[in-house]
Amino acid sequence: MQTIDLEATGLREMNSALQAQAKDTNQTAWEIVNPRGAHAIAVGLDAPIDVAVRGSTGYYCAGMNKQATVRVDGSAGPGVAENMMSGTVVIEGDASQYAGATGHGGTLVIKGNASSRCGISMKGIDIVVHGNVGHMSAFMAQSGNLVVCGDAGEALGDSIYEARLFVRGSVKSLGADCIEKEMRPEHLEILAELLERGGCDAKPEEFKRYGSARQLYNFNIDNAY
Amino acid sequence: MAKDDSSAPRTEPIQSWTFSKNINAEIRRAAATGIYDIRGGGAKRRVPHFDDLLFLGASISRYPLEGYREKCDTRVTLGTRYAKKPIELDIPVTIAGMSFGALSGPAKEALGRGATLAGTSTTTGDGGMTPEERGHSKKLVYQYLPSRYGMNPDDLRKADAIEVVVGQGAKPGGGGMLLGQKISDRVAEMRNLPKGIDQRSACRHPDWTGPDDLEIKILELREITNWEKPIYVKVGGARPYYDTTLAVKAGADVVVLDGMQGGTAATQDVFIEHVGQPILACIRDAVQALQDLDMHREVQLIVSGGIRSGADVAKALALGADAVAIGTAALIALGDNDPRWEEEYQRLGTTTGAYDDWHEGRDPAGITTQDPELMARFDPIEGGRRLNNYLKVMTLEAQTLARACGKSHVHNLEPEDLVALTMEAAAMARVPLSGTDWWPGKPGTGF
Repeated sequence: MQTIDLEATGLREMNSALQAQAKDTNQTAWEIVNPRGAHAIAVGLDAPIDVAVRGSTGYYCAGMNKQATVRVDGSAGPGVAENMMSGTVVIEGDASQYAGATGHGGTLVIKGNASSRCGISMKGIDIVVHGNVGHMSAFMAQSGNLVVCGDAGEALGDSIYEARLFVRGSVKSLGADCIEKEMRPEHLEILAELLERGGCDAKPEEFKRYGSARQLYNFNIDNAY
Repeated sequence: MAKDDSSAPRTEPIQSWTFSKNINAEIRRAAATGIYDIRGGGAKRRVPHFDDLLFLGASISRYPLEGYREKCDTRVTLGTRYAKKPIELDIPVTIAGMSFGALSGPAKEALGRGATLAGTSTTTGDGGMTPEERGHSKKLVYQYLPSRYGMNPDDLRKADAIEVVVGQGAKPGGGGMLLGQKISDRVAEMRNLPKGIDQRSACRHPDWTGPDDLEIKILELREITNWEKPIYVKVGGARPYYDTTLAVKAGADVVVLDGMQGGTAATQDVFIEHVGQPILACIRDAVQALQDLDMHREVQLIVSGGIRSGADVAKALALGADAVAIGTAALIALGDNDPRWEEEYQRLGTTTGAYDDWHEGRDPAGITTQDPELMARFDPIEGGRRLNNYLKVMTLEAQTLARACGKSHVHNLEPEDLVALTMEAAAMARVPLSGTDWWPGKPGTGF
């Protein structure tokens, strides 16, 4: 395993070393120590490497990730895994605002709670949250899946497009154009796979599904309330 | 029997200035439809503009450069503050961000061709980067927008610069809308959304709020791109002093400032005409902010919104900008609103020069559309040639004016070379009202 002491090495050198890994690198295991809440840790990676961050991170950890697996042994600041394209990001603790924002692909697992706007404008990413999510989660969510094993805050799925939302607990309120939808067998199948991928032992039958009523898909003045 | 007074003089019918024909027509349209007007373009109302400024030219105290032969440099370097690879442009005129989706693929290609021939950059828009656009643009600025449609790290690294769009002059504080008529299969795929639906572009970024967050966002973008790319921050003409200050504080290499005349693909008319300031009112505040931070020329300033000619370019540079950007003018150079399509404009209920329903996708010129038949009318090679010609003329005009003021580089133009024709323009540009040595707000004058 390659170990980088962020305190000694500095952000640029650390990200350069990780970004320099080729698709067929044999240096697949990396460890970042002393992250101390630094911003932009392990961003822009594009190789099938495994990066373990030993501590909590600041903003945008694993931003725009491709292929890599990034594990944070702590909590993550705002925008973790933002615009992720592929790969896996696992947060052992809690995640702050905008977790998985605009993500196009890959899997984000948050073992604690996620704050507001989790999955905002998501475009294909799968997000599994073991705990609760805050208000305005999945705002303008375009595609992908958001699984919430706990409760969801206010205005879940406001202005949602085609993303699927699965919530096991309560939903404080639904946002504009977001409605509860029938959980059909194919959804239970999708959810079972997501729960397994996210390392969550909840049962798919315990969840409700939410999605778009598709009433805002075409412009109408009456939507402007 | 009533007296016949038909031969007596009568009061002539007087049209109200307040309730003009246009206003009344809009009231009737609103009453009939219940929906506000959406259109493309920028502010159409008359606002103080570069036409209200004049160059003084040389005199006994300053001597001019020979009009055609003496050197008058026009090169601009953008991104000298932090970027490892600043952008070098041959001319101080760039092409503003316009999306594939709002514009057709061939129109985007023509912008790339024309800009490349002229030695300048073009800019993507909402919807991401197309291979054609990258392929035909030697220097391409990649917009980082709230919607993040099509955003990916590979394209980010292919760009020559990154423009974080906070706002635009046509709608500071507003998002965008691309109506379903223009959402072809390809546009839908690039934006990860179903075909045919109206696509909203958010008014603010999904993963940062405020200047402190922006600083961290810029750090992330630099880390992803190895600190190579210049990072621009684009703002609408709202609070130029503070926005410029905060953009610099957040780490911008370049500030892009867009006045209310700057165009949009589509938004509410009420937004276009009633929010934001004319570009003339914005430039001096932005330059003052840079000077107060000792960053003028180290952080470059690009201004846009109603730039039409080399005179506008020269005046913007004289007020302190490093370069300008054109959008609407570039589309007109390509053939938008051309009289050759007048019959078709009439059928659409409009006329040459007034056509602004770009969002409907029925552009007779084949530029602001995704309709294959209309798109086929537009030749990207000819469009590129026309744009290059236009950029060349603008540059020659700016050089002509700079030489007349005795400047060997267009950046040597300065406010002292200008006077204003109106009180408003004098106040906004902070140059003397013609025939006086005074402008409203001039320090020490008590006004």
